[in-house]
Amino acid sequence: MREVAVIGVGSTKFGEMWERSFRDIMIEAGLEAIQDAGIEGREIEAMYVGNMSAGRFISQEHIGALIVDYSGFSKDTHIPSTRVEAACASGGLAVREAYLSIASGMHDIVVAAGVEKMTDIGTEITVDVLASAADREWEGFVGATFPGLYALMATYHMNKFGTTREDLAEVSVKNHYNGSLNPKAQFNNRITIDTVLNSSLVADPLRIFDCSPITDGASAVILAAGSIARKYTDTPVYIKASSQASDTISLHDRRDVATLDSTVFAAKRAYKMAGITPKEVDVAEVHDCFTIAEIMAYEDLGFCKKGEGGKLIREGVTALDGDLPVNPSGGLKACGHPVGATGVKQVVEIVTQLRGEAGKRQVDGAEVGLTHNVGGTGATAVVHILTR
Amino acid sequence: MPVPRFWRKIKHRYNLIGTKCNTCGTYYYPPRYLCPKCRREGEIEEYQFKGEGTVVTYTIIRTPPDQFQNLKPYVLAIIDLDEGTRVTSQIVCEPNEVHIGMRVRAVFRKYSEDGDDGVIYYGTKFVPA
Repeated sequence: MREVAVIGVGSTKFGEMWERSFRDIMIEAGLEAIQDAGIEGREIEAMYVGNMSAGRFISQEHIGALIVDYSGFSKDTHIPSTRVEAACASGGLAVREAYLSIASGMHDIVVAAGVEKMTDIGTEITVDVLASAADREWEGFVGATFPGLYALMATYHMNKFGTTREDLAEVSVKNHYNGSLNPKAQFNNRITIDTVLNSSLVADPLRIFDCSPITDGASAVILAAGSIARKYTDTPVYIKASSQASDTISLHDRRDVATLDSTVFAAKRAYKMAGITPKEVDVAEVHDCFTIAEIMAYEDLGFCKKGEGGKLIREGVTALDGDLPVNPSGGLKACGHPVGATGVKQVVEIVTQLRGEAGKRQVDGAEVGLTHNVGGTGATAVVHILTR
Repeated sequence: MPVPRFWRKIKHRYNLIGTKCNTCGTYYYPPRYLCPKCRREGEIEEYQFKGEGTVVTYTIIRTPPDQFQNLKPYVLAIIDLDEGTRVTSQIVCEPNEVHIGMRVRAVFRKYSEDGDDGVIYYGTKFVPA
């Protein structure tokens, strides 16, 4: 296995972008990443595009071909382009596939991209598309919505571990604060616990401010073999570990309703591969599709013992000025959650942090960063560990 | 849900019929025809669940998909069937009535319909036992 580095990153602003198309936003993010890397387009050897459901969001399949065409690489260089799908973990998986293609020795410079255009259709259909990340026949059929499934985890977690309604709200408050410092975040507004507690119920105990929004957005990273990375940049960020794990598609078939074993296994493999312990992580971007998901992520990633996630947020450990800042970008909650782009955006944010270029949301002295991207209710998890 | 996709599982949806692996003794609902534990050594046969179980966790769905608008709010739960397999289903009861550990039993109920002259989707729900 060869060493792999990130040499360029790019991202659109996340939000509702009615005036711009799927291909427009993907190209913007890609160009920014190429410019950041300082490479020539013809040096790119392959492309992986993470996308969950363009087929239903914009009635367009063959996404790999579309993006490579509009990037200008389908003529002349004719490079391979592959769409990668794992529901909300599509982006993380695109980064992993790009990583593997370089680590294996197949390629030297590869683009990993992620994109989702979610606002071209009505909200009801968008919600239905998202529900397809779980088991349509045996969860969706009986009326399980996506927030509903995470609400089932929340009820269980609160009952078993004493996690409080306020603990959940604190996650949202923290991520909105971080989002207020990120010019590319969908939401820049700061909120209070009362904002969350007074917002409308979606699926008890989860309220609208516990839920990540519907978002358009695209992100891209340029990966290069570690041996040539310094030709392009003085600040390469190395991918020390890339791991992925699976669990049952349905929540009801899991070993424990409030544990994402896919995260547990992906994290263990990643720590082993990187040769570090969870304590050595300086900054993390985790998959907070719902507030309860961030609390479970703390536990399943080994940042605390099982059941103590609520305590971690309560004590401010994961705040921007805490010992282990989590989701400095604003996370899925405030930065936004264009599902196919999210996993790539997490890597963009961690690279920005490790380079020390995160401005007002910079985590002081960050040297080791982790990204955690989840598909569905935890049937897929992808973890990356990055260092200077 | 498209009619063929619903129709081919009607027996299982209406009657809570799943499967059992005779090699390891594990029950499956929804039905599985490959035992994940025994794989090729597994011996699967159909099994009629007794239909009684305990609520593992629950939520009240306030913002349902279109086809469930007339049911809202409704109780959604994961139920631990007495045979030891778990199922996601609706519980027909008041939202403030449901609790973890509640005993429930299976009943035949309507879930949704395709408009005024389309298919009516029936299936299994649960009621307090």
